[in-house]
Amino acid sequence: MARPRDESSPLFAGNAAGTLRLIVYLALALVLMVLDHRNGWLWRVRYAASMVVEPVYRLANLPSAGMRTLSVAFADRKLLTEQNQRLREDLLLANARLNRMAGVAEQNQHLKELLDTQRSLNINVQLARVVGVDLGAYQQRLVLNLGTRDGVKQGQPVIDAHGVMGQVVEVLPKTSVVMLVTDPAHAIPVVVERSGLRTVAYGARDGSGLVLPNIPLAADVQPGDKLLTSGLGGRFPPGFPVGKVVAVAPGVSGMFRVAEVQPAADIDRSEDVLLLHDQAEPEGPPAPLIPAGPPAALAPAQAAAAGNTPAAASTGAVRTTLPRATANLPAATSAATPAAAGSAR
Amino acid sequence: MNRQRLSSWWFAGTLLFALLSMLVPLPAVLEPFKPYWPALVLLYWTLESEDRVSLGLAFLLGLGADLFDGVLLGEQALRLCALVFIVLRFRSRLRFFPMWQQALAVLALLLNDRILLLMVRLLSGATMPPASWWIAPFVGAALWPFLFLLLDDLRMRLRLQ
Repeated sequence: MARPRDESSPLFAGNAAGTLRLIVYLALALVLMVLDHRNGWLWRVRYAASMVVEPVYRLANLPSAGMRTLSVAFADRKLLTEQNQRLREDLLLANARLNRMAGVAEQNQHLKELLDTQRSLNINVQLARVVGVDLGAYQQRLVLNLGTRDGVKQGQPVIDAHGVMGQVVEVLPKTSVVMLVTDPAHAIPVVVERSGLRTVAYGARDGSGLVLPNIPLAADVQPGDKLLTSGLGGRFPPGFPVGKVVAVAPGVSGMFRVAEVQPAADIDRSEDVLLLHDQAEPEGPPAPLIPAGPPAALAPAQAAAAGNTPAAASTGAVRTTLPRATANLPAATSAATPAAAGSAR
Repeated sequence: MNRQRLSSWWFAGTLLFALLSMLVPLPAVLEPFKPYWPALVLLYWTLESEDRVSLGLAFLLGLGADLFDGVLLGEQALRLCALVFIVLRFRSRLRFFPMWQQALAVLALLLNDRILLLMVRLLSGATMPPASWWIAPFVGAALWPFLFLLLDDLRMRLRLQ
């Protein structure tokens, strides 16, 4: 019954070929990792492989979706009634507040019109559901059930009822991945509501919340202060709650103070989130509207004079349409998004 | 012939199931206790049918896991390759260990795997994970006897190679 000893299963010593193969594979993996780290290729590969990846995500979502359904099915009737009652009260309260705010908002709109600014208080949103997929331990990321086909774009802010959750970092055709504000690689420009101090909130290193690592020693920041998005940087629109300062302590270097911030959004518990469609206005000088070169009216004539080549005529046409296209872009996007948002509401 | 095909489907199915269970989220409390399923299942197959498992397969499985996980392409490929290499080398001995010794060996392998992962993460600029990060290998080793017996029993029942 003795098993014949072959070269591939030595009892004690390994063979050189196996070690060589290991080295080749490890080197290959290392090269892949370095390339991916430098260029972020993995997501392009994932996008290409989304036919496989997305069904697997749906499949992996099934247990948590099943748990949710079960918890609803077996929930206590009394509990549900209580919850319903509480939600009704919340709704009533929110509606009452809204009614009061409506007047203020109208006034605000009027004043802003007087000031000739374009910002408005109404927001364009799209409801998204969190897909229960575990993207590895200590990854501060979420998967949403909307993707390119639903008009999701990279960089869109994600909020829930209480505040900012994060932003879309990668989009697949039918799913997208959100980096949470608590990710150590995430930074969000904020303003302290009480004192108006502007600073940047980073994800905490242990993923527990956010930190303000560089508050000047003289600045006025206290525990309990609320942080709002400042709108600087052009990624997040201004005025959304980000978190609340829990503790302020001197930094390690002694040059700054460091504040711990608890995120305002229900990072762990949210099942439904909102994707904001109004991207904040980009900061910086406006794009030049008038192209350099001869006036558009002269372009076809010039082209004809230059030798009547269709290529020259077409470049002239492109020149004339380009500024109009750029000028229409914000209007076009804002006109397109309510249709998508309307279906979600 | 048919049985052989069935057994290779069973082989691929368990590996895919391991990938899937890696993606299934647990309640936040249990999250640190989640074992590294692909490594455990691959370990079983390396011990039980070595001619099916090679470094290339481990590499491909790792790439697949990376594709789903979206962390860093090649990370799990590296870890699984290292794991399978060690197991292939000591396979003849590991197979005849009593179960508790085997579980200890699995613990060592999984800890080694975590150390590799830690090295990769630190090199790519991530921060030191919390202490609870080190629980998962112990859970994996504790589950190993049950997983081994379950997979073995299923294989016997299905009369697969």
